[in-house]
Amino acid sequence: MEYMLINLLNGLSYGLLLFMLSAGLTLVFSMMGVLNFAHASFYMIGAYISYTVGLRTGFWIGLIVAPILLGALGALIERFGLRSVHRYGHVAELLFTFGLAYVILELVQLIWGRGPVEYSIPKEMDRPLFTLFTTTFPMYRAFMMGVALLMLLTIYVAFKRSRIGLVIQAALTHPDSVEALGHNVPRLNMIVFGGGAALAGLAGAIGGNVFVTEPGMADEVGNIIFVVAVVGGLGSLAGALIASLLIGVLQTFAVSIDYSPLTLLAHAGFQVSTDSPAYNVLNLSVAEIAPILPYLFMILILVFRPKGLMGTRET
Amino acid sequence: MSSTLSTQRLLMIGPKLLNRSRFLVWCGFALILLIAPQIFNSASSVSFLSQLGALIIFCLSYNMLLGEAGMLSFCHAVFSGLGGFFAVHVMNLAADGLVFAPVFIIPLVGGFASAIIGVLLGYVTTKKSGTTFAMITLGIGELVYFLSQIFPTFFGGEAGVTTDRVYGAPFLGMTFGPQIQVYYLTATWLMLCTIGMYAFTSTPLGRVVNAVRDNAERAEFIGYNPRMVRHLVLIISSLFAGIAGSLTAINFEIASAESLGGARSAQALLFTFIGGRESFLGPIVGAVVGDFLSAKLSDYTAAWQLYLGIFFIIFVMYAPGGLVSIIAANWRVLRAGAFGRVLPSWLAVVASSVTAIAGAVILVELAYSTIFGLQKTAVAELFAPMGASSNAGACGFGVALLLAGAFWFSRTRVTFSQDWDRINSEIGASERGRMT
Repeated sequence: MEYMLINLLNGLSYGLLLFMLSAGLTLVFSMMGVLNFAHASFYMIGAYISYTVGLRTGFWIGLIVAPILLGALGALIERFGLRSVHRYGHVAELLFTFGLAYVILELVQLIWGRGPVEYSIPKEMDRPLFTLFTTTFPMYRAFMMGVALLMLLTIYVAFKRSRIGLVIQAALTHPDSVEALGHNVPRLNMIVFGGGAALAGLAGAIGGNVFVTEPGMADEVGNIIFVVAVVGGLGSLAGALIASLLIGVLQTFAVSIDYSPLTLLAHAGFQVSTDSPAYNVLNLSVAEIAPILPYLFMILILVFRPKGLMGTRET
Repeated sequence: MSSTLSTQRLLMIGPKLLNRSRFLVWCGFALILLIAPQIFNSASSVSFLSQLGALIIFCLSYNMLLGEAGMLSFCHAVFSGLGGFFAVHVMNLAADGLVFAPVFIIPLVGGFASAIIGVLLGYVTTKKSGTTFAMITLGIGELVYFLSQIFPTFFGGEAGVTTDRVYGAPFLGMTFGPQIQVYYLTATWLMLCTIGMYAFTSTPLGRVVNAVRDNAERAEFIGYNPRMVRHLVLIISSLFAGIAGSLTAINFEIASAESLGGARSAQALLFTFIGGRESFLGPIVGAVVGDFLSAKLSDYTAAWQLYLGIFFIIFVMYAPGGLVSIIAANWRVLRAGAFGRVLPSWLAVVASSVTAIAGAVILVELAYSTIFGLQKTAVAELFAPMGASSNAGACGFGVALLLAGAFWFSRTRVTFSQDWDRINSEIGASERGRMT
């Protein structure tokens, strides 16, 4: 019971961090059609900036400065890079962000070095929030979950309820009509891309000290957030939330389960000899196959429900 | 599909593939392959050339997807890598006398194994093209990479699976032990694969693949199933990728997990795009230039990855047709005899961009050498005899070059593009005149 609850909480908090990351990706994809390969790189820069600013001013200022700087950076990249590639189509835009991820990785190593930096949890948050039976739940994890939920609410209000959100949604399907009505569509794109980068920056500032802030951190989550976007349904924010929670919980539970089909068979009274061809497959414990579970999940979704969990169109 | 692929129409490729000038090009290609190891005959060069041959097949097969079919794949190394693993295992079985498979046929074994993988993976990936395909292949690539980590019996874990390419009876006196024999084996397969892939572009299926790339909806309306077409091209492409992977495995006598990782898939994309995806020659040029630079430049500079990334972004932004399109555009003007008129502004643009790039390179190198304290400071060595041994002097020089070059470039760019556009529209007009 205790084990279940603690794993569930850890899984949910990891899932919410995944959501913070994939929200920006999904937002940019659904509003601009751009699949941003540099999104995880923005997350990494966010962590590093928050760390650097935090060294002088303390964690909280860094937490605010990182998303703002990342938003500005994203807007600049859209204005002077992505916009000129736009006429070649979505694949060219994807390739542009792919090259950008390469360059950002090198620049980050140039500025902050190749090793990890000591980005730590703020002192006032570095204590347990509550104790569940015998295990404690850290306060910072709860804070992380709170920020993610707040972010979900903000995005929802900004895009479904505000005027500019409605204009952006209209610009996705009818850019020419929206432009004819006097709205500046390229500027809207700049705002959306900057907003996506800012969300990644916030996720980096919050997640960088729970995990390790190092040059490899972008690669670590980079592919998982694409899986989240596909599983949830491309462009669906609600789908991204459900998918990231599912994958977060799935991975957290899988890592701690040390059973393999072999142990199950042994309980049922079957013995598989070590030289039978199936032995190697059956001997794998759930913990060992944990890294591939999200990808298997993605393939199952693609086969049985190509729209994704909440998607409106087929992927 | 079957009705359009009748033998009569398939035979149409004959005269197209072999008119006289094409025949000369193929002979020239064969000649280059034949004499290259005689000119660059050091041990390391021959090994490099063998590796390059496999890389060219790999990039050409990648361009079947990217250029011909418009499918941006991020898991191409899965096909070449798995082909390599199957090749190594079959070689080991053959060495034990369990199966009959001489070394020169091994690439075909790897190719077919990889094609079967293509049949399986094609079901999940080829439903859509564009960004969706890219995202799904990215996931597949990760999945296979992680699978290779958890099945050490097949994939050999961290160390990979090793083999020995000298086994069985010699073929025409060749044991494939010496590197030069491996080179000629690679060159033979390269020639065969290049002819095969070129022939594919002019088959009816190759044309339908282009049609699906340009407008899948229209292709569907005239009776072709876009998904089927994409699936077929994926299978054929993975066949050639498997051959490339097997040749790499024969060359290095090992198949390792990194040969099917994301970095290798990315390499195919970078090289093919920089070479040019719109032309058949593009991937060949990209593989040669990219492999040569990555082997040579990494000796001189630690910032190689940064340059590659920036180079790639510049191509995506300003020359999506790659190196081949730049050469072709210049060749067109040269052939029309109009190059003299554009020459002054052409030279100014080239000189100014070279100046700016030189400045930027100096700054980047200085940054890398001061921060990482590396030994590879070619730029610092360059400055030592010039008296500017201090970093500040070199830095100032770099900034000055960069600014001067950028300013000069911004001035000359406008006149150049005006000259260039005018001359190209004149050439276009005269070409149209000749046709009518």
